Amino acid sequence: MHPYLLSFLGGLLIGAAVWLLIMGLGRVAGVSGILAAAINDPRHSLWRIAFLGGLVAGGAWFVREFKLPTVTVAATPTLVVAGLLVGFGTVLAGGCTSGHGVCGLGRRSLRSLVATLTFMATGAATVAIVRAVSGGAQ
Amino acid sequence: MSTASTANALRAALIAGVSGVIFAAGLALGGMLDPRKVQGFLDVGGIATGRWDPSLAFVMGGALVVALLTFERVRTRETTWLGAPISLPVRRDIDSRLLLGAALFGVGWGLSGYCPGPAIASLLPGSKDVLWFVAAMAVGMVLARLWMRRSEAVE
Repeated sequence: MHPYLLSFLGGLLIGAAVWLLIMGLGRVAGVSGILAAAINDPRHSLWRIAFLGGLVAGGAWFVREFKLPTVTVAATPTLVVAGLLVGFGTVLAGGCTSGHGVCGLGRRSLRSLVATLTFMATGAATVAIVRAVSGGAQ
Repeated sequence: MSTASTANALRAALIAGVSGVIFAAGLALGGMLDPRKVQGFLDVGGIATGRWDPSLAFVMGGALVVALLTFERVRTRETTWLGAPISLPVRRDIDSRLLLGAALFGVGWGLSGYCPGPAIASLLPGSKDVLWFVAAMAVGMVLARLWMRRSEAVE
């Protein structure tokens, strides 16, 4: 199967997960919001912990089933800085690729469209700078 | 907790767990657990040279088709299958926090090729570096909450 078709099918599955969480629980599947709320109030976060547990277990399972490569693209200190930025930024913005990018756009929210365009723009700029600094070797 | 509310909480946890597994399947099938593909999408300088990898756009497109239909349905439906209220985000304002937060998130996303979903789904199969990333992400979330609370107290 063409890899882009696989990507589209993967997207449909992510949409199905969003649908299940809305219709079953009445909750929006924003991964950063779910994680942040689970950290902040773990005692009242059973469903959030279950969702994150499903994500962790499912990730492990499908990587093994599909024999997917698991690589990281930056040195450990860079990944730590990146993690801090992703955590800080998603809480400040109230969402990430799933919360703003999929659910927010799905709700036709202008706020989420602005967020999505912003993180895509700075993401693209960052990759361009990294490529330039590393001499395009990456 | 009463027996009924315990049963409801367990039912909710089961649905959420299944949703998490399906979410992970979608990320895996879509190639989004490979940060090279994410960086390959953000590498828009490669569009002209044919180096660009549009996979992420196809993933988001597929997810968005279902999300649009789902939220269209939710407009005329007030409760879940279990009769619980559907809670949607209510904020519509575009403030400096939204812009700053999204901008910072994008920088971290570009550096690592990870947004929260794929990083969490890569926790077990990935190297120790994924653990470092997710731990730092959790710390960043706590710091953001503290910072927001402090600046609200000052205002």
